[in-house]
Order: sequence, then C-alpha cells, then structure tokens
Amino acid sequence: MRKTVSGALCALFGILVWAPARAFEINLKPPASPIAEQIYGLHIMVLWVCLGIFIVVFGAMLYAIVNHRKSVGHKPALFHENLALEVVWTIIPFVILAGMAYPATRTVLAMKNTADSALSIEVTGYQWKWQYSYLPYGISFFSTLSTPPAQLADMAPKNRHYLEQVDHPMVVPTGEKIRLLVTSADVVHSWFVPALGVKQDAFPGFIKATWFEVDAPGVYRGFCTELCGKGHAFMPVVVQAVTPAQFAAWVAAEQREKKTAATPAARAQASRGHRTLTAPRAARAA
Amino acid sequence: MEAVASHDEHAGPHARGLVRWITTTNHKDIGTLYLCFSLAMFFIAGFLAMLIRAELFEPGARLFSPALYNQFVTMHGLMMIFGVIMPAFVGFANWQIPLMIGAPDMAFPRMNNWSFWLLPFAALLMIGEFFVPGGAAATGWTMYPPLSVEMGPGMDMTIFAIHILGISSIMGAINIITTILNLRAPGMTLMKMPLFVWTWLITAYLLVAVMPVLAGAVTMVLADRHFGTHFFNAAGGGDPIMFQHIFWFFGHPEVYIMILPAFGIISEIIPTFSRKPLFGYASMVYATVSIATLSFVVWGHHMFTVGFPASGQLFFMYATMLIAVPTGVKIFNWVATMWRGSLTFETPMLFAIGFVLMFTIGGFSGLVLAVTPVDIQLHGTYYVVAHFHYVLFSGAAMAIMAGIYYWLPKWTGHMYDETLGKWHFWLTTIFFNLTFFPMHFLGLAGMPRRVADYALQYTTLNQVVSISAFGLGLSQLIFLYVIVKCIRGGVPAGDRPWEGATSLEWTLPSPPPYHTFETEPVIS
Repeated sequence: MRKTVSGALCALFGILVWAPARAFEINLKPPASPIAEQIYGLHIMVLWVCLGIFIVVFGAMLYAIVNHRKSVGHKPALFHENLALEVVWTIIPFVILAGMAYPATRTVLAMKNTADSALSIEVTGYQWKWQYSYLPYGISFFSTLSTPPAQLADMAPKNRHYLEQVDHPMVVPTGEKIRLLVTSADVVHSWFVPALGVKQDAFPGFIKATWFEVDAPGVYRGFCTELCGKGHAFMPVVVQAVTPAQFAAWVAAEQREKKTAATPAARAQASRGHRTLTAPRAARAA
Repeated sequence: MEAVASHDEHAGPHARGLVRWITTTNHKDIGTLYLCFSLAMFFIAGFLAMLIRAELFEPGARLFSPALYNQFVTMHGLMMIFGVIMPAFVGFANWQIPLMIGAPDMAFPRMNNWSFWLLPFAALLMIGEFFVPGGAAATGWTMYPPLSVEMGPGMDMTIFAIHILGISSIMGAINIITTILNLRAPGMTLMKMPLFVWTWLITAYLLVAVMPVLAGAVTMVLADRHFGTHFFNAAGGGDPIMFQHIFWFFGHPEVYIMILPAFGIISEIIPTFSRKPLFGYASMVYATVSIATLSFVVWGHHMFTVGFPASGQLFFMYATMLIAVPTGVKIFNWVATMWRGSLTFETPMLFAIGFVLMFTIGGFSGLVLAVTPVDIQLHGTYYVVAHFHYVLFSGAAMAIMAGIYYWLPKWTGHMYDETLGKWHFWLTTIFFNLTFFPMHFLGLAGMPRRVADYALQYTTLNQVVSISAFGLGLSQLIFLYVIVKCIRGGVPAGDRPWEGATSLEWTLPSPPPYHTFETEPVIS
C-alpha cells in the first residue's frame, strides 16, 4: 500500500511539476527590472514557505492514511480537543505571515514611490490600442497590433511574435526611472509587461501613476490584462529599451519629424517609416 | 419500507406529479428541487466551459468570434456561481438543517417554495441572453463599467437575473437563520449543532449582508445605462473605480458564501469515516466566524492594480494574509481528526480528502496572491484562473459532490454504485489537476485571462489544458449516471449506512418519511 501511494505521488509530481519544468516555462519571466527582481524573490520565498507547510501537514495526513486505517485494524482514538495545540497552530502561522509581510511591505513602498523619475510617459488605453505621449518632448503616437490580418484569420502561418507585436513600440532609455501616467479614453484597460514587473489599470477620467526601470536594452512584450471588449486579446504592449544615447537620438528624430509634418497627410506618410531609429528597428523586427 | 409507507399515509395526502413539485412547501422536496436545478445548471455552465476550451485549443482558432467568446466566459462564471454552487448549498441546507437540528420543517415553508421557484426564471433570463441582439453580457462576471454600461440588452437581462437571484438568496438566508435559531430540538444547544449547521448559519448572515450590496451595484449600472445617471462615469462626476469597491465588498464575502458550507460538509464527512469526533469543534466554530468577519475587510485585494495609495495596499495585504490563520486552523483540525482514527475510504471520504488537499493548494496560491507585489504581477492572468478554480471546483464543487455521495443513501434509501463513485472521484481529480495546475504556469509566464486568442509561447500548455478539460467534463457524466441509478434503485441503505455517522438524520429511516420530527426529539 505504502509503495502504491508513494508511487502515485511521485507520478503526480512528475506530471504536474517535473515534466513541464523540462518542457515549458513554469516560473515568472526572467526579471528585467529592479522591481521585477524583488517580485521574483518574494514569489520564490512564498513558494518555499508553502512547500514547507505542505510537507508537514500532508506528511501527517499521509501517515494517518497509511497507518490509521481500519483495514490494518487500527482502533480509533477518542481525543477530540487540545487547547495548547490550537494555540500553537494559530500562533506559528501568524509568525510566518509576519515574516513574509516584512519584505513584501518594502517592495510595496518601492513600487509606490514614483518620485525622482527621469521621464514621464502618459499611457492612454483605447479600444483596442495604446497611445504613448512623452510629456517633456511633445512626442505622441499610437501603438497598434501589427500582426497581419491573414495570420489573425488563421489563413497564413503565424510569425514568432503573433499577437505580441505592434507598429510603434514604447521606446525608453535603460537605467532610468520611467514614470507612467496611465489613463483610458473609453473602458478599463490594464497595461502589463511581465518581465518588467509593472502593471497598472487604466481608468477613463482618472490618472494613475506607476514606474519601471529597464536593466538592459531589448524588447519586452506584454498585454492588456483587463477585459475591455472583443479586442481585449489584440492590444499588446511592446516596450523597446535602448541606451540613453540612442534614446536621445530617437527623441531628436521624432521631434524633427513632427516639425516637418505640417499637414495631417504628410504626418501619416512620415509615421509609416521613421518612428524608430536604426538600431531599435532591427530589434523590433526580431 | 413498511414504516415509510405507513408514515406517508399518516402524513396525509399531498399533491402528486408536477403539481406536487410546484406547490410543495416541504423542505425535502424543495431541497431536491434546488439540487436538481443545480445539477442541470452544472451541465449547462460546464458546456460553456467546454466551448471556451475548444476555442483556446490553439492560437488563431476561430470557432467563435471574440465577442461570442467573451459571452461564454461571462455566462460560465455567472451560472456556475449563482446557478450551481449557491443553489446546491441551499439544497443541502433545506434537506439537512431540519434533519440535523430535529426540526419538523423550515421556519417559513411557503417562502421556501417561492425562493426556489424564482431560480428557474433567473436561469431562463440568463440562457435567453444568447438570443437577443448583441448577445449575452460579455463583461466577465465582474460586470465592470464602463464596459457594462456599453453592452446590449443582454446586460439588462443579467442585471434582472441577478436581482431575482439575490431576492431568492436573501429569502433562503432569512429562512435558514430563523430555522436554526428557533426550531432546534430541546437540548440541541448552539454548541451541540453539527458543524454543517454552524457554517450555514454564518453563511446566511453573510448572504443577508452582501446580496443587497450587489443588487445596489447592478442597479446603479442599470441607472447609468438607461436613466441618465453618472454613478460610474467620470465625465459626469462619477467614478468607475467605485463600482469595483462596491462589487468586491460583495464579492469577497461571496467567496466565503461559496466555501463555508463546503467546510461544513467536509466537517461532517471526515469524522464519520475516521470514526472519531471532529477535532477542535469549538475552534472550528470560532475559525468560521473569524473568516466571515475578516471577509468584510479584504475586498481591496481584488483591486491591487487599481492604484491604491501605499497605505491602502498594505492594509489589504495584511488583512488578507490574516485570513490564512483561521483557514489554517481548519485544515489542521481536519488532519487531527483523521490522526489515529480508523479510516475507511468510501467515495464521500475520497472527495473529502481530495478537498482538503486541493483546497489547500488553492489556499497556497491565495497566499501568493495576498502578497501585493506578486499579486500585481499575476492579476488578470491565468494564475488567478488557476487559483479560483482550485478553491471553487476542487473546493466548493468537490465538497458538494462529497456531500451528495454522503447523503444520497439517506435521501433515496438506496446505496449508490461505489465502484462508479470511485471512478468518478479519480477521473475528476486527475483531469481537474491536469486542467488547472498548468494554468499556474501560464499565468506566471504572463498569459492574460479572458482572452479569445493568445501568443504562440502559450500553445503547448493550452493544449494540455483543453484536452484535460474535455476529460473533466466527460467524467461528470458518470456523476449524473450514478445519481440517476441511485434514485431508481439499489441496495437498501438502512437507517445508518455509515458506521461512524452520529448526527441526528441517521436516526431516521432511509428515505426519511415525508414529514419528520413532528414530535421533537430530545438531545441528551
């Protein structure tokens, strides 16, 4: 019996944890910002606590299931109360929780601290796209899903970044604190980039602030995470992190373009090809 | 059987056929009606889940339009919560509370009839939504404005259905509170009541407290939609975030409304099959009261991504973590009840053990989500879908299944098919875990919930989930078959089919006569 039970448990563990760990991602994305790093650590810490409790509690239960069964002739004990035990297993979890709350509190305070940012970007959710406005530079553009319609209709093979690609990504400098001012033009949306540990709901008529900082240049992909109608799955978030020097060049190019684009027609023409500078364009194509 | 027949005659004539069920004021009949309604809705809402998983089998699948997909998601949630889990528990309450406290019937039998017969009309409204212009509500069960203000007439039908269901729940709750407080047999003091009765008493108070809050929230949406108000419209001075506060002030106690009676059922089953009294009865009662009280001050943890100030986030994080303490006490007490018992593993016990194990996994993911920064990472992703299915399917629904197997012999007078019952348990448990455990991984990898299509990186796990979900759905047909078979006949159950059962209902014949405890039993 013991063998059957432990064998079954091993098999279950294999199916649920070990096999997927080999075949798929089973954890958070590798963190790419200081806050994402802290979230990753907190998550792992809570998992260890849970595993410890699981082993103690269900170890006891498994022992009872194997040894205290009627079929092996076990006679029931009569005890049904123990005040000391009740007090102990009230206090111990309380202490464990307090231990978890301390580092979590530090991260909450860090996440809420939007002061001293190097750059503010206004993020506006629409059904179903995002608008990014770089307040100090007068740059503003929409960021819309760029997956070809044929792929969406299942008429063509899907590219690697199906539903995770946009025409104009948000471009930000690495190593600097970016403050986001998030709002919406219609219904509730939510701006989320997993690897950066940043998510903020977007409400019409309200502006909510959050922040992130990217460690290394690269393209970071995310989604809208609040149901916003039939296009909810089709308004991804793409953040392109570049070095501060490249960012300055991008800003200059955008501003030049804005000046030259006098008429709406010219503006539309210009926005088609020149949004991003050369190096990031290569990254975006990836 | 002779005793039953003579009792029936003694009980006097009651209507036969359909009229019996429409006009009945008998708690056993109404309990049966609630449970049959719940079972029917379980298959309807479950079928919607199958459609959802078919659409998500691979990226780019276009079985349904995204708009229709959102309707399936919304109605699956609303029907499972308001049409399956809540009515099933009220069904248990109707059958069991009078039998367990030695009462002749519920305190308000005629209101009892009405609170059931409202339900089919609410269900017809919800099903009918699919056939009106614009289709059913497609906002998710949370109905957040402004999206819910923009919906078609399906939203109005949802709102009316919720009003009707709310009235039904409040009447049911008042009936249960009154019955428990006034109709207990002599000697059945509060602290002698079976724990199932205790958990329902507390649940009923929660229902009375929060169902009007939900009714208020959806009425404000209705007014914003049609009467020119701006409760949730910032342009008119309103606040869309206020809806979320009001909704979750209802929504979190609602979570406990769906789990406390499950705790009660499990607290009856585990002692029976351990042949040992429930460990820490008093602390179980206090833990239930603590959980219910705390449930009113934790609603903000559903809204961590709204952008509360740090003080708000910290308050709701601490309060939420605190709930782990009384919940832990319950788990520990169940394990201590099994400890040094004399265990047997009939189907109800298997479901009860499965409940304790898998509900705890749901509790652990709840603890992960209580930690605000981690919640912000996982909010709105499949991790949350995994979490609440662990507490609502392997929690609430599997406790309901445990309770059905446990009391079906009492209600029908026949034993159910033990072999098929065990098959049902093992298939449900295996497919349940294969369906919902991988969703944790999807959520950690960032896959949003309520999406009709997804990025290629999530394909493999979604295929595992979909195939397992079909297995889970099909396994429930065994459940239906076992129930029908048991109602139609089987080995006679006798008064007390479970050796270790001690509560009052097992002193009655199986099935119990139409009217029971017309003379009060005396509890020593």
